[in-house]
Amino acid sequence: MADIVDARAIHKHFGPLHVLKGVDLTVAERELVFVIGPSGSGKSTLLRCLNRLEEPTSGSILVDGIDMLDKRTDINRARQRIGMVFQSFNLYPHMTALGNVALALRKVLKQGRAEAEQRAQAALARVHLADRADHYPGQLSGGQQQRVAIARAIALEPRVMLFDEPTSALDPELVGGVLQAMRELREDGMTMVVVSHEMGFARAAADRVVFMADGMKLEEGPPGQIFGDPQHERTRAFIRQIERH
Amino acid sequence: MSNWDRFLDSFFNLRVMADQLPKIVDGFFLTVVLALCIVATGLIAGLLLAVVRALGIRPLNWLIIFVVDLFRALPPLVIIVLLYFGLPAMGMELSGFGAAWLALSLVLMAFAEEVYWAGITAVPKGQWEAARSTGIGFLPTLGAVVLPQALRMTIPPLTSRTIAITKGTALASVVAVPEILGAAQAGVSFSFNPSPLTLGALAYLILFLPVVILGRWIETRFAWKR
Ligand SMILES: Nc1ncnc2c1ncn2[C@@H]1O[C@H](COP(=O)(O)OP(=O)(O)OP(=O)(O)O)[C@@H](O)[C@H]1O
Ligand SMILES: [Mg+2]
Repeated sequence: MADIVDARAIHKHFGPLHVLKGVDLTVAERELVFVIGPSGSGKSTLLRCLNRLEEPTSGSILVDGIDMLDKRTDINRARQRIGMVFQSFNLYPHMTALGNVALALRKVLKQGRAEAEQRAQAALARVHLADRADHYPGQLSGGQQQRVAIARAIALEPRVMLFDEPTSALDPELVGGVLQAMRELREDGMTMVVVSHEMGFARAAADRVVFMADGMKLEEGPPGQIFGDPQHERTRAFIRQIERH
Repeated sequence: MSNWDRFLDSFFNLRVMADQLPKIVDGFFLTVVLALCIVATGLIAGLLLAVVRALGIRPLNWLIIFVVDLFRALPPLVIIVLLYFGLPAMGMELSGFGAAWLALSLVLMAFAEEVYWAGITAVPKGQWEAARSTGIGFLPTLGAVVLPQALRMTIPPLTSRTIAITKGTALASVVAVPEILGAAQAGVSFSFNPSPLTLGALAYLILFLPVVILGRWIETRFAWKR
């Protein structure tokens, strides 16, 4: 079976800054890959290259068989298959929860209002927010906002979901609800790439953990191995430091 | 005649006022029409420029910035006079009304573009990224996600700008447009008495005082509420 994500030798420069130094990342169907690493190691940049929010300097990226870096690829069509969830939620503040989820259905899938809202409502139900459909983001807690953001992404029925520190901006008591939504997504068979510091979640749900440092993938393996018996000194140091907090 | 009587006769001569009232009323409605034309054209043209600027095509943006700075730098009266007396020399006839409308629309367009642009750039990058990551294209993202947020921010500064520039309709009197000031000045020449100017000032108050009050209300209503 072909991998859903197949990224090879990704390099990314920001001016003189060499941020990604030849990173490979493959994600099989239904796999949950967890990406960890110190601040500034390029985790977000790697994720953002996958749906081309960032243009890699060189390398190749296939997502669900589509060449993301080919100029002839219809990037908007390709992005329908890649859901993304941001640290800061990025909900549209002038739209209700339902409107947030329905927008892409209307603009991208060209669904009529009724059809889009019906599907948006179903997506909200999947994150247990059916009763908050007519709330504006400002009327929702951070955890609820992030779950709406998840609903907005899964409403398009993507082939893979990218999470960039989805719980980092949340008060501790709100983290659980978001992780629960992600866990359920995983149980439904969603392919996921998660950048996060939630090591408990990684241990429980990840198939594979990737450790990044200085724009390189230093080590990867099952969570038991990466957390229990890391091979690389930098991985060990990083995990010790995380565990202490 | 005491000084006080002379003052009353000069500025509050009721006979002259009654005589000139119909002309001032006509001028009032002409000012309203001219102002509405300027507001519609200026605000729409400014928005179009800001949208084109958002496309980020370098040479085009330089051109937009040049045009915008040009019309912000030139005094509106100079633009009106240039269009009115200059265009015929180039074979294009323009009425006084047309010159005033075009000139003030260009000025409002320039200021409005800057305000819209500031609004667009003030919308967080994450809003673009969220929409684009779901496959929504550039223009639909601008139209459905960014502009509604940007426009909300621009309403207060745009309101005060618009009021300031529409008051410039009085400049049209220079190119023989019988709007309020023009009609009042004509009345003064006709009756050898400045009382029509008092009527004119009253007409401006009746027209713009409600607009200023409305503007104040709009500014408080839409000012940073999130
Ligand atoms: N748009 C940009 N322009 C210039 N430099 C950037 C840009 N985006 C990221 N960088 C730099 O690239 C490096 C990697 O950033 P990135 O956000 O990918 O790291 P990260 O691993 O996600 O870190 P964190 O854990 O803090 O989120 C950093 O040094 C950052 O300053
Ligand atoms: Mg990051």
